[in-house]
This record gives sequence, structure tokens and C-alpha cells, in this order.
Amino acid sequence: MLLNIGKRILQALVVLIGVALLIFIMLRIVPGNAIITMMGEHANPEAIERMTAELGLDKPFYVQFYTYITGALRGDFGTSYSLHVSVSSLIAQAFPNTVCLALSAAVVAWLIGIVCGIIAAIKENSLLDRLFMGFSLFGVSMPVFMVAMVLQYFFAYKLGWFDISGVSDWRGFVLPAIALGWNSAGSIARLTRSTLVEVLQEDYIDTARAKGRRRMGVILFHALRNSMLPVITMMAVQLSSLLSGAVICETIFSINGIGRLAVDAISGRDIPLLQGTILLSTALVILGNLVADCLYSVLDPRVRKGD
Amino acid sequence: MDEAITLSVRDLSTSFFSEKGEVKAVDHVSFDVPHGSIVGLVGESGCGKSMTARSIMKLLKYPGKIVGGEILLEGRDLAPLGEGDMSLIRGEEIAMIFQEPMTSLNPVVPVGKQVQEAILQHRKISREEAKKKVLHMLEIVGISEPEKRYRCYPHELSGGLRQRVMIAMAMICRPKLLIADEPTTALDVTVEAQILELLRELRDTIGTSIILISHNLGVIAQLCDYVYVMYAGQVVEQAPVLELFDNPSHPYTRGLMDSVRSLRRGDEKLSTIPGAVPNLLRLPQGCRFAPRCPMAGEDCRRCPPELSRVGEGHLARCPYARR
Ligand SMILES: Nc1ncnc2c1ncn2[C@@H]1O[C@H](COP(=O)(O)OP(=O)(O)OP(=O)(O)O)[C@@H](O)[C@H]1O
Ligand code: SF4
Ligand SMILES: [Mg+2]
Repeated sequence: MLLNIGKRILQALVVLIGVALLIFIMLRIVPGNAIITMMGEHANPEAIERMTAELGLDKPFYVQFYTYITGALRGDFGTSYSLHVSVSSLIAQAFPNTVCLALSAAVVAWLIGIVCGIIAAIKENSLLDRLFMGFSLFGVSMPVFMVAMVLQYFFAYKLGWFDISGVSDWRGFVLPAIALGWNSAGSIARLTRSTLVEVLQEDYIDTARAKGRRRMGVILFHALRNSMLPVITMMAVQLSSLLSGAVICETIFSINGIGRLAVDAISGRDIPLLQGTILLSTALVILGNLVADCLYSVLDPRVRKGD
Repeated sequence: MDEAITLSVRDLSTSFFSEKGEVKAVDHVSFDVPHGSIVGLVGESGCGKSMTARSIMKLLKYPGKIVGGEILLEGRDLAPLGEGDMSLIRGEEIAMIFQEPMTSLNPVVPVGKQVQEAILQHRKISREEAKKKVLHMLEIVGISEPEKRYRCYPHELSGGLRQRVMIAMAMICRPKLLIADEPTTALDVTVEAQILELLRELRDTIGTSIILISHNLGVIAQLCDYVYVMYAGQVVEQAPVLELFDNPSHPYTRGLMDSVRSLRRGDEKLSTIPGAVPNLLRLPQGCRFAPRCPMAGEDCRRCPPELSRVGEGHLARCPYARR
């Protein structure tokens, strides 16, 4: 198991370097010149040349990349073109906010999704089931920005329960977390329900009942663990959409997070900052998948053996 | 109430209420399981064997429902009991093992734990004590190195071993009755013989009565004391095992036996009963076997025959049954 995790981390590192290369290439073939954007249309050519040399942009591509990667491995992602401070310090400021937002959204999604899914499955075809599933369809089909704005309007603007923007304390995270988690909650509820309903048809459920296990025992001990397997996979897959949703949420609720940094970087053609934020998001998604895989193999002995 | 009877099923009827109508999967079935005996239920696929077994355990799946009859376990009727009462009886007084040992065990729980769960459910004992009993039981059902197998997951065991685990699980509370629904159908012939031998041993040592369900007359002949032949939800013939094989009386039973003999002789053309089991939604008016029966006459198609005596403890549902 440990050896496996070690192998996976190494793999992740290779993927990250690959992603870095891809971003590196892409940011250099998109039209427009970052230096000109920075210095203005009418800057004199000499100044532009000097700046280009200073930033190392006159060097061959592979040298640039090598310099970047070796720096990145040491935690140095360069200096922001627009803000003139190190990218790592910008990220360090924004990162905790994004992590708080994503984690609280995930907790919202998993808690609501799984609990509703279980209740709907147990009370299959009941009024409660239909209510939950109708509600979750609502969740799945509403885009993040819309949920965010509706919540903001009612709970922050109309009722005044929460701040409209910014995160001065934990309460600032409540609305963004719900807005961001809403979507996943819907799909997790639906998946939990359908897998649980399916698992409850399995032969080993009959075996458990034939032993004299009661309904709750059967569900908690036998059905839930089996039905959580696909749900965990889905949560890992959703992580990346959660991160892209975070960009929207951070913008709407004015949270200083990675997503907002990325948006700013794009509009300011701030290549080092953009590279840094994309690389970090990629690392987060890979980490999430790694955690999901570990969890999966803890829950499913067949996978443990198969590795 | 007869003291020597473990289970007495009286006029049991179980129906599925499907969209197309009521499917009478079990129709007024009666049979007795004497103490310490092995009683066989035999019949083609779909004749209602499993539904009879599930009715006794009250483990019917929606939309199945017991619509009538009594299930007397040592005189106590189980038919009106709710889930709460049934959960005290399941595993403790009546245990059941299923056809498919692969899917009948939870894939993510070690097999030892699954057996242990059965005893912890009904006995107030510590986990260590329970584990000791489990290891002992695993040994009884012929699993070598029980300590090691205890921690195995189902996918790490062979089909035969898995079925042994199922048997250990069923027997650990020493139930009065064991229902074995096609316990060897998924296994190869050598393993089948071993498992059947194990069931017989357990009956002899623990004294559990057994209902053995099979579509295989050979299995029934090897193990059973009494046999009930089922067709389209009904018992069509019942007799002590030797009597049945010596004097099969109902045309359906004879058909079954002919096909076994023909199989054994390796005939070019296998003798099988022509036609198929009738659709339970559109049963023939008279004898349910009439469309396939070589002896069917006009009166057979008109009124349904009752079970009638053809010999000592031998009944058949056919007025023309050979005596
Ligand atoms: N969910 C259901 N809805 C409607 N009818 C059903 C349902 N489940 C079972 N039945 C009916 O019950 C009848 C008896 O099924 P049962 O499983 O008892 O047969 P069996 O004798 O055990 O056959 P096999 O040898 O295939 O296991 C079937 O013919 C089928 O028509
Ligand atoms: S009653 Fe008639 S049709 Fe039915 S089994 Fe007997 S002979 Fe055949
Ligand atoms: Mg069956």
C-alpha cells in the first residue's frame, strides 16, 4: 500500500511537469505580447527589448522552461508581471481561502447529498423520495453562478443574515459554500440513491437478513459500504468542477482566492501568476484523486489485491 | 400438534402482484419436515421452489406477498409475524443458504466477520468468544486453516469454500431448520458431492432438519428422506424417497425421471418433457400439466385434480396416476 502511494506520488509529479509544459507552450502561442500589454502600446522598442531580456524571454524555449521548472520545484514560481511581487506569496495569501471554500462546499455536498440519497433509497418511491429527487434535479441543473446570486440576493441583501461579500469570519463562507456545493449535492444524492437501491437488491443483503439482521443493521453494515464505492469515484471526478466553480463563487462573493487570482491573471496577461494558479489547481485535483483512490482501496478489498 | 414435526407448511399461497395481474407463484402448498429429516423440493425452473423457501423465511421481494396458509414452526405460526419477530427467528431457528455462493457473501467484509455477525446477532457473548465459536464452526464445515480463512475476503476463496462459509454461517446458531436453496448448483460435481455429504453430517451431528431444494433428481435421491415434486406452483407428487424412485406415479415425475435416465444412458436423442412450464398468469383451467401430458384426456382439461393417495405416504395430483 505505502509503496503504491509512493508510486502514485511520483506519477503525479510527472503529470504536473507535463501540465506545466503544456501551459508553458500554450501561453506562448496565444496571440498578444505580454510585454507590450505591460508597458503600453507606445513604449519604445529599446525598453521592450530590455524588459524581454530581464525576464529571460529572449532565451530559447527549453532554457526558459528548465529555469521555470527548477524554480517551481523549489517553490519559486517567478514574479507577477502586474503586481510585481512573487507569485508564491500571492498564492500563499489566496490559498487558505480557496481551501476553506472548497472544503466547506465539499462537506455541504457530501453531507446533504449522501444523507438525502440514503433516505430517498430507504423510502424508495415514497413522497420523501420524490421530493428529494426533484430537489436534487434542481440542484444538478442550476449553474453555480445562479445559485450564488439567488442566495446572495435573499440571504445577504434581503434578510441581511450574511455579508454580501468578503470573508471576515467563517460566516462569510456559508453562502459561497452552499452555492458551490449545491450542484455536487444534487448529483451525489442521485448517485447515492441509485447505487443504494441497486445494492439492496444484491444476494448478500438477503443473506444478511437471513441471519436475522434488522433493516438498519443491513443498511449501515452491508449496503452502505458497497454503495459508497461509485460515490467516492464521483466525488474525486467532481473535484475539478468544484475548483472551476470556486472561480465563479470567489468572483461573485469577492473572496480573495486562487480562482480570483487566476481571473485577474488572465485579464492582466500575467503569465507567471496564471501558470502558478493553474499548476496549483492541477496539483489539488491530482491530490484529491489520490485520496479517493486510497479511500477506495481501504473500502474495497478487491482493489487492494488487484494492485 | 405433532411433536416430531419441525416445520409444517399448510396451504401456503404466495403471489406476486405485478402490473399484468396476480402471479400465483406458490399455490396451496402443504408439506411437513419431521425432526432430523431431509426433505427435498424438486421441480423445473420457475415452479416456485425458491418462493416457497423465501415465504418460510418471509424474505419475499416486492411485489411478492404471502396471501394465505400457515407456516408452523414447532406449532407456532410464522405467517402473521412482522419483521421484528421474524428477525429473532431468522438465523436462530431457521437458517437459509442460497444458490450462488459468490454473490451471497458481502464482497467487502472478511468472511469470518460475516459468520461472526450471525452469532453476535442472537447471542449475548463477547467478540472474542464469538470468534472462537466461528473458528470452531469453520473447522466443523471442513475449512482448513480457519484462522487464516477467517480474514479472507469472498473473492479470495473458491466456490466450494464460499459455500462452506455460507453453511458455517447458517449453522452457527444451531438452527432447528436449515433451508438449502440449490446449494450446489453453482459448483462442480466433486465439490457438490462433498457439500452434500457435509449437509448430511451436520444433520446427523447437530440434528438440524433440512429442506433441500434442487432441480436435480440425483441430488435429491442421494440425500433426502421425503420428496415433494412441484409443478407450476403446486405440489404434484409427494412420497418417501425410495417409494418415489421405485414408483413414480405422476406423469410429470415420470417425465423428469425419464430425462435423467436418458441423460445417463447418453441417448442420442435426449428424452425431455415436451413443451414448457405454463405462464402463471394464464394457467390451463384443469390440470396444469395437461398441455404437456402424454396421458391427458378431455376431463383433465376440465377440472383440476386434487392430491390423492397412491400408496403408503404417497400422494399424486392425478386421477390416472399409476398405483
Ligand atoms: N418479481 C416477480 N414478479 C412476478 N413473478 C415473479 C417474480 N419473482 C418470481 N416470480 C414468479 O415466481 C415463480 C416461481 O419462481 P421461483 O424462483 O420460486 O422458481 P424456482 O422453482 O426457484 O426456479 P429456479 O430453479 O429457476 O430457481 C416464477 O415462475 C415467476 O413467474
Ligand atoms: S390429470 Fe390428466 S393431464 Fe394431469 S397429469 Fe394426470 S393425466 Fe396428465
Ligand atoms: Mg430457485
